[in-house]
Order: sequence, then C-alpha cells, then structure tokens
Amino acid sequence: MPISLDVNGERVNAQVLPRLNLADFLREHLQLTGTHVGCEHGVCGACTVRLNGEIVRSCLMLAVQAHGASVQTIEGLSDSGEVADLQAAFRDRNALQCGYCTPGMLMAAQDLLLQEAEPDRERIREHLSGNYCRCTGYHAIVDAIETTARMRRGLGP
Amino acid sequence: MKASAFSYARATGVSNALELLAAHGDKAKVLSGGQSLMPAMNLRLIAPQLLVDISEIAELRGIASSGDILSIGALTRHVDLQRSPEIAAHAPLLTEAIAHVAHPAIRNRGTLGGSLAHADPASELPACMVALNATIIARGPKGGRRIAAADFFKGIYETALSPQELLVAVELPVAGKNSAHFFCEFARRHGDYAIAGLAAQAIVQGDVFTDLRMVFFAVGDRPVLAGAANRLVNVAITPPALSESLTALAGELDPQEDQQASAAMRRHLAKVLMTRCVSALLGRTDLGTRGPAA
Amino acid sequence: MTAASAKSDILSELDRPNSYIGKLVPRPNLERLMQGRGLYVSDMELPRMGHVVFLRSPHAHAKIMGISAAEARRAPGVIAVVTGEELAAVITPWVGVLSHLKGLKSAAQHAIAIDRACWQGEAVAAIVATSRALAEDAAEVVRVEYEELEAVTDMRTALDPQTPVIHPSLGDNLAFERNLDAGTVDAAFAGSDEVVEANFIFGRHTGVTLEPRAVVADWNAAEERLTIYQGTQAPHMVQNIAALHLGLEDSQVRVVCKDVGGSFGIKVHIYADEMATYALSRLLRRPIKFVADRVESFNTDIHARDHRCRGRIGVRRDGTITAFEIDDLTGIGPYSMYPRTSAIEANQVVNLVGGPYATKNYRARARVVFQNKNVMCQYRAVGHPIACSVTEGLVDLAAVKIGMDPVEIRRRNLIADDAYPCVSPSGLRFELLSHHAAMNKLMAMMDYDALRAEQAALRKNNIHRGIGIASFIEVTNPSAAFYGVGGARISSQDGVAVRLDATGSVICQTSITEQGQGSESLTAQIVGSVLGVSMARVRVILGDTDNTPYGGGTWASRGAGIGGEAALQAAKILRRNILNVAVAILQSSPAELDIANDAVVSASDGSTRIELRELARIVYFRPDTLPPGIQPELMATRHFVPREYPFAFTNGVQASWLEVDTDTGFVKLLRHWVVEDCGTIINPQLVDEQIRGGVVQGLGAALFEKCIYDERGQLTNANMADYLVPMFGEMPDIDVGHVVSPTAETELGAKGVGEAGTAGAAAAVANAVNDALRPFGAIITEIPLTPQVILTALGRI
Repeated sequence: MPISLDVNGERVNAQVLPRLNLADFLREHLQLTGTHVGCEHGVCGACTVRLNGEIVRSCLMLAVQAHGASVQTIEGLSDSGEVADLQAAFRDRNALQCGYCTPGMLMAAQDLLLQEAEPDRERIREHLSGNYCRCTGYHAIVDAIETTARMRRGLGP
Repeated sequence: MKASAFSYARATGVSNALELLAAHGDKAKVLSGGQSLMPAMNLRLIAPQLLVDISEIAELRGIASSGDILSIGALTRHVDLQRSPEIAAHAPLLTEAIAHVAHPAIRNRGTLGGSLAHADPASELPACMVALNATIIARGPKGGRRIAAADFFKGIYETALSPQELLVAVELPVAGKNSAHFFCEFARRHGDYAIAGLAAQAIVQGDVFTDLRMVFFAVGDRPVLAGAANRLVNVAITPPALSESLTALAGELDPQEDQQASAAMRRHLAKVLMTRCVSALLGRTDLGTRGPAA
Repeated sequence: MTAASAKSDILSELDRPNSYIGKLVPRPNLERLMQGRGLYVSDMELPRMGHVVFLRSPHAHAKIMGISAAEARRAPGVIAVVTGEELAAVITPWVGVLSHLKGLKSAAQHAIAIDRACWQGEAVAAIVATSRALAEDAAEVVRVEYEELEAVTDMRTALDPQTPVIHPSLGDNLAFERNLDAGTVDAAFAGSDEVVEANFIFGRHTGVTLEPRAVVADWNAAEERLTIYQGTQAPHMVQNIAALHLGLEDSQVRVVCKDVGGSFGIKVHIYADEMATYALSRLLRRPIKFVADRVESFNTDIHARDHRCRGRIGVRRDGTITAFEIDDLTGIGPYSMYPRTSAIEANQVVNLVGGPYATKNYRARARVVFQNKNVMCQYRAVGHPIACSVTEGLVDLAAVKIGMDPVEIRRRNLIADDAYPCVSPSGLRFELLSHHAAMNKLMAMMDYDALRAEQAALRKNNIHRGIGIASFIEVTNPSAAFYGVGGARISSQDGVAVRLDATGSVICQTSITEQGQGSESLTAQIVGSVLGVSMARVRVILGDTDNTPYGGGTWASRGAGIGGEAALQAAKILRRNILNVAVAILQSSPAELDIANDAVVSASDGSTRIELRELARIVYFRPDTLPPGIQPELMATRHFVPREYPFAFTNGVQASWLEVDTDTGFVKLLRHWVVEDCGTIINPQLVDEQIRGGVVQGLGAALFEKCIYDERGQLTNANMADYLVPMFGEMPDIDVGHVVSPTAETELGAKGVGEAGTAGAAAAVANAVNDALRPFGAIITEIPLTPQVILTALGRI
C-alpha cells in the first residue's frame, strides 16, 4: 500500500506491506535506527516516537496507520535542538550507560516537560514508568529530568 | 516477532466497516487503537486475514453531554478521557481510573471502544462502565442496539457483541447530587494489569449510602457487580455490618488462580478493597483495613 | 590508612597535573547514543544479508523423529532451511567443562540440536530468508515430528534413582559437586548457645538486556575470512572459539563489537544459536543476521540463580558467630554452558558464604544438577547474591535469636580492618578490606538510630517499616585462576597500545570492551592523566580483534582494574618516549621536563617548551632535523595481568529501608544505601551509576523477578508483561558512599565495582522485610518476596 507521511520534517512516500510496523518502517526503510526495538509487545518503551505531537509505541503501530501523519524520531528532536538541554543534562549526570533505552527516555521525558513545568520526582517516575532501563537503576535519569525542568524554569540545577 | 501477513482496509464509515466485517466474518478484526491487538499479532497469538481500521470514522469521536446523559464515542482515546473537562465534571470516576491504564504512550492510542470490546477481565474501563451504569451502543447489520454495561461483559475477552457488530458509543448518566466515587487497584508495578481492583460509584447522604455500586475487576472472568454492596445501602455502617458484607463478598467471588495471585489472595484483596472503599467514601478511620481471615 | 601512605610515591602517577583520576568527567561519545546515532548490531545491514529464525522445540525433552522442510524451502524469500545434521558438517560440537572444577561433567552440545531437544526453546532447525518476517512465515510450515520424553524439571529429585538421566553416557544428572570442610564445624555448633537453620530459595533470573542478543556473521568466501559483529564482552574469546569449531585459524576470524544494548554477563557466553549463525554464514556464503526476539531471549538467554540452599549458623550469647554451614543445590539446564561452565556460580557460592566474617569454621556442599530447562550460567555478580543472601539472612536470624541488634552482631564479627592480609576458610585471599569503616560510614549516611526510632513510632500506628543490612565481599580483577587454569582459552590479561599521532592526537587501542559502564572513558581519563594531554585529544578504539591488543575483555569487574592498569603503564612508557625526543629537540634533560596540557613543559615552572603537535610534526615529517642516532618511538604497548592475588576482593555494605503493607503484602522501597570500597576511583560518576544499576537488578531479584517453569518444563512467563523487571515507579533513590582501600598490586590501585550493587541488594531487602514483620513472628527466606509470599507468611491467606 502507498503511504505518505512527514518524518522529521521531510515528506516521505513509500510502498509498504500492511503488516510492517512503524518501528521497522523507520529503522529499515528510512534507516532511522535511533528508534529501538526491545520487545515488540509494547512494554519496554524503547520504540517510543512522536506521532502528531504525542508519544506512541511505534512497535504497536502499523506504518499504514501513519499515513498522513507527522512523525518525529530522536534524530529529528536532536537535529532541531529541541532536546539539547535534556541531552546535556543526561550527559552531565551520566543518565545513560548502554544508550539503548535513551532515545525512548528522551522522548518520554520531553513529553512530560512539555506538559508540566514542575514535575516532582514521583511525577517524573510516574510518567516514565513505561520505559525500561536495565543499566542505570533510574535514579540518574530522574535527576537529569529534574535538573532540566529547573533549568527551563530559569532556576539553577 | 513479526505479525503474519494480512490485508488492511480503512473503513470510510460505520456502514462500510459493517460491510467489511460481514463479508469476512471471523477472519477480520477491528483495528482502533491497536494497543491490545498489535501485541497479540506480533506474538502470532492471532492471525486475522483482514484488519478493518475504523480510526478515520469521524462519527465515532467526541464527548458530549446533553441533559443528564454523557455520550462518549468509541474512538475516544484514553488520553482524551483523561483530559476531558466533561468527564471530570460528570464522571470523575473515569478521570481517576484512567491514570491507572498502562502508560502515557499507550493512552495516546488506546480507545474506549477498543478496551470495552476487548474485555480483559483485569482492565479498568469495563468495571468503571458497570459502576457508572453505562449503556453500550452497538450497531450491526440489523441496526442499532443498546446493551447495559452490566450485561455486556460475558467472560474472558467475551462480550455481548456479535462478530458483525461494532461498538460505536457509550452513554452514561451524569453524576448527580451527593455522588461519590472510589477507585483503587493493586498492581505489581505502575501501569500493570491489576491483581485486584475496585471501581465504585455511590450516593452518600450524611453517613449512609443511598446507592452503592461496587464493581470488582481482575477477580473473575468479567467485572463483578458485588451483590454484597447492597447490604450496605440505607443502613448504619458498623464493623459487624461491614464484616458481614465482606463475608458475603468472599462468597460471591470465584477468582482465578494465576502467576500473580491465588484465588484466596484475590478474595482477600477484594475484601481489603471493599473496606478501604467504604472507609474512604464515608470518611471513616475506625473500620480498619483488617477484614476477618479468609 | 597505612597502605595509602606507603604508596605515596606510587600514587604520584595519579597525582599529576590536571589529572582526570578521581574526577567526574562526562563520558566522551555520548552524543552519538543520545541522538539515536549509535550503531548496535541490531541496526546493521550488509549487502545480501540473510535473516535467520530458529525453529525451537516446544517440548522440554523430546526425540526429533523427523523434519520436513520441503514446503518451507519453497516459501517466499526463503534462502535455506538447515537442520542440525546439515550444520554439523560445518561446525563441531563442544563440551562446557573446565579441568580445575574437579568432576564437572557435561555432554556435547551442537549448534542446532541433533536427534533430541533438551529444553523448551532449543533450536532444532534454522530458516534463513530475506527478512525476519518471511523467515517466521516459513518456520510455521516446517514440520517437525517429536516423540516427547520425560522431562527432568525438579532439581530436588534430579538425582533420585527413578528420575530419568538426561545424558545416559554421563551416568547421572549430577554435573558437579563440591565439598568444603574448614575448621571444626561440628565442635563449633556443639559449643554454640544457639544454632539456627533456614532454607533459602531463590527465583531463577535472566538478564533481560534491552537490546536482545544480536549477531551479524559475514563469511567472505573469497577472502576466507569470517567477520563477526556481535555485542560480546569477550571478543578474543569469541574469535578463538569460532575459529576452533569452524576449523579456521584465529587470524581468519575478526570479531567487532559496536554499541551494545546492555549485557551484564548475558553476552559473555557462547550460545548455540550464535554459533549456528556463524556456521550458516560459512555454509551459505553470505552475511547472516540473527536478532533474538524478546520471547526467544527469555527462552534462550542464559538464566541464573536457581538455587535452594539450606544454611546453618551457630552463635554465642555474646554475639560471636561460631560457624557457618550450607548445603546448596542448583538446577541448571541440560548442558553446562561453554566455555565458562555452569558450575562456576555454585563454586562461587561455596567460596563466598561467610566471607565478611572472622569465623574460621565453615562447611559447605554444593551440587549442580542437570534439568530440561534453559541453560544457566554467569550473570552479573555470579553466585554473590546467593552467598550474600544466605550469609546475611543467617546473621540476622542469629541476631534475633540472641536478641542483638543486627548492626551490633555484625560489628562483633566482621573481619577487623587491620587484620589484613588474611585468608578466608574457603581459601580466599584478602589483601585489604574495610568492613568496619564501611559500616560506620553507612550508619552515618542513613542515620540508623533515627530510622529505628521512626520505625518504632510508626509501628504504634500499625505502619510496618523495616531496615535490612547486608555486608558483602565481591570478586574483581580475576587472574587466570577463574578460567585459564581449567583450560579455557579466555585471556586473563589485557593490553593497551597508545600512540601520539602526527598532529598531536593520542590514539589508544584497548582490549577491554564497552557495554555502557564507561570503559572508553576510564581509558581516556587514565591516558590523559598519565600522559598529560586533554581528554578531548584522546581517541579510544575498542571492541575489534583486528585493531586492539589481545585481551580478556570486560567481565567479572576487571575492566578498570586490569585494563586501566595496562593503560596507565602504556601511557607511562609513551610519556617517557616523548620526553626522550623532547630532550633531544630541546637539548635538555629528562628531570627538567614534564608533559601537561598537551605540551612538553618545564618541570619547575610549567612553562611551555614545545607543543606536542609540534613535536609530533618533527618526528613524523622532519626527522631529518633531529640530532643524529635518535630513533623516536611514539607508540607504546603494555599488557597487565594480576600475579599476586588471584582476585582483588572488594567489600561493601548495603541497607534497605522499606514499608510492608500487611493487608496487601505489597512492599514499598523507601530508600537504599550502599557504601562501597573499590580502591582507587577513576571516575566517581561511572562508579556510582554502576552501583545503582547493579542495586536495581538486585531489587528486582528481591521483589519481582522469577522465571516460572511448570512441571513439564515449559517457561510460562516468557514475555515482559509476565516476567517482572523493575521499572521507575517501584525503585527508590539510592545513596552511594565510598571508602577507599587501593590495591597495592597495581599503580592505579583500582579494583572492580561493576557487580557490587547486585551482590548485596536482595539480601538487604530480604532482611528489611523480615525486620518489618518481626512483630508478627513471620520469617521469609524465599525471593522474590511477592505480595502472595508475604501474605502467606503472615497467615492472612
């Protein structure tokens, strides 16, 4: 089936089989491998992307369902600089180790910070509760997001 | 795991969707949010030949209140329910319950219609609809049908819908004067399916229930509207009265045994939920959360 | 600390100007990972690459009567369908034994099962197609005829005469047994005031790395060279073993590790399906990619920690622990894993029980039995969690029995901080540990007395909180004592080559590997510090057998201690070589010069004498301008292997503060503390985050994780909804503190730390839960501590 969608600001036209999921479409057809596959049953969050401004699990969506939509991946958010401060905070706090969960984490973190200016640690943990990390133990990630929220409010880290 | 091959059709309207379902029978599946369907397909637990995508059907969207009825379109996403001022005003039980449904990314896609039609006994929304006395609106080749929520859920993944019917909307009465609600679930982790849960809607006048609908979920093959709650209506709630209701509740339930909990554990948790519900709704601290031993 | 002052001249390497040692420095090259521009093996695509899907046995134990692949071979996109017999022509089987584990026996294992499948999930055929989806479609039409056999699924009865023997040629299902008897245990128990016994039961775990195991094997038939892209922790080991079993020379195999999405020991082993992938590439003469899906991962990634351990402790009224005794039983899979063996975990349990304590009386028996379940092998902290949970659980039970505070009983029994060097009853040699200093620090950090007061106050309101303490020791920096002595071709040494390039960049090649712990960063920090250059100038190359020195890789917490020392030594040599050239160019003397801030400087006042890039320019492009006779050498390689101590032991102590809802059995983790002594700390942030990550794996073990097998040997929770891994919402904040006892075996003084968090976390939580439930008289010695387990212990259900 033909699909036409916007990916990171670029118009993409493609022919895809119905069963191709959005994560595989991004990774294999567009070589945007920053979106990762961890479980394919919607539990780990590694495949999180933004669809029409809202975060979704790309492993649970078909590419054909994204027809006409606007998709943003971690590459797009990085190139536009939208999450540069979050990325700096992650780096400074060593809130990533192997990096595999990180694109999904950044997606979910930015989603939270766009909705709430002052999330406390419990709220951060709650919003990110669907993103699995095996390396960090989560504490450093909460710190990095908390710091970014404070910086965006003009407070110190 | 990759899903087996299938065909895909975007339904242009309800009639078109119904035509496609009628033509393909049990080889077709409805795709709305896909948050339950896609995992099953990716795991190759199911392999439909046709997916009928209903997400573009405009008439299935929207939340509207007119008079004392709240009407919610089947394609209403969980996040829409969560953010809706109408829901917050007229059915706050839903606003509270929705926060427990999975995670933000799932709530951005999952739909009310999908959740109800999927009828997972451990999910929140079916129980809420029974507690709210909702009516499920279905449409099939023979026309429309209104099904009370209490009659809609028949078993594990089983509803009163026929294979050729589509759930198009849900109607529920607007919360009236002195309405109160309670929601609590016990889940191992945030967003997991509950091991045991309770959605309750009540009318409280003074320190007495004049109406009390307690619907337990994850403790059987469908939401359970507890008959035991009737014992607490229009009576003074004393520890012995509560105790009797708890015993009656235990007798009413036939919970399943699985990896998360035994039947005895679920019965026990249900009693804890009932106690906490009554305490919360009446503002009582003397009832404790200790029920009699199972 | 006496060791520190005696080493003051040795520490001078680390105290150099602008040293990065001990500094919080952000890891270089994180941008790539944060922008989604990393390169994980699962991202890789090569021309003509085929995708392999393994058809896996649905039965725990079954004869393979026949495989019909004709229909599958005709399916769209299919390149080949290959059985075990067909693949055996290309790759030889292996046996997972090591000679130093006396009596360890195991049967030969093939890359793809031949004649018989021995666990649910074992591969019985390979389907190669142009995409994973098409290979899965074809796999559905491969017909395998099985004759089900009785499965051995209960370790408790695995050795009973009526239980079938999985490998008749081995005689029984006993893989390994070890017995230890030190001191005078019976006399010690007889002379105790109290003897307490308990049965400790542990859930079977698995690593659940977020990136599943993934391999791209590329056999170039014209070059006769195999390139393996794999997220392995030990590339030279993989090179050696792949060559050995494919009939190739080591030099015909190159192993390349790009970014790895988590390992924790899961990706340090040799897997049948990965060996099959290498063999398929050879057979089909094209690149083959294998990416395990999540269900496959649960069924075939190594499992670990499936133990039932009976423990006894003797104690006197004054708190003196008189003896420890254990009888440990562990049920592995049908094969001992290759090449590190599935006996190491049990062996470690025997080695480590009682480790922090002065008691000399210790008796242990450990038996390892085969089962028809997934294979089991080393996973982060190997054996330590079991040993620590048993030891610390027994110590708490002893404390309760004599009415002593759990911290107090530990203070009376932990080996004194000035008692080193010493040897444990199990023969472990401790160079220098700090159990008491660590405990003191912990008490201050957590304000133990205040928490006890809070606990008492809340109990009056029916709120039940508990404190759990766990002291532990941890194996790091292993020498050949771990594997080499047993005949394994696993290197226990590592090497670093470092060079100054023509424009002043410093290129390091190291044989340790990176899975996110910061191997790249610690190497750059050490080289930058010792050499006197800024880290921005240092580029680290790792994970490529063609382009690094030969080494062991990163496992058993050896990267910093061993690889770091090699980096230090190599950088020292390079600095000397650079200064030799500078001396010639500047007509000076070595004593007058140093290197700092990317330049050769005057040792007395730090003023710049010549920039490194200028010196390099001269060496590489204008050696004609150098004084006669001099042959500059701006590259140096050094290897390091621990020689004095077989392992560099570290120590630490952890504490858990939690609340148990006694109505529901749910546990809320409120906070966790770790005080860790890992010697010299190269980068405190890397160290602390390794500890935190390790702790959370231990918290997962304590409350959530368990591979649930039914009596037919079916893994019933092989997905991420049913196997519960810790997520954000249930984990506490974790405070980390340190004591520093450097090892004298290296100039760096660094010991390892990667596994310490996992070693003690579950023990601390279990002790905390029992502490919380003390008023109810409930004692639980089983993990995971699920709500059901807790309610049952409380008699509520």
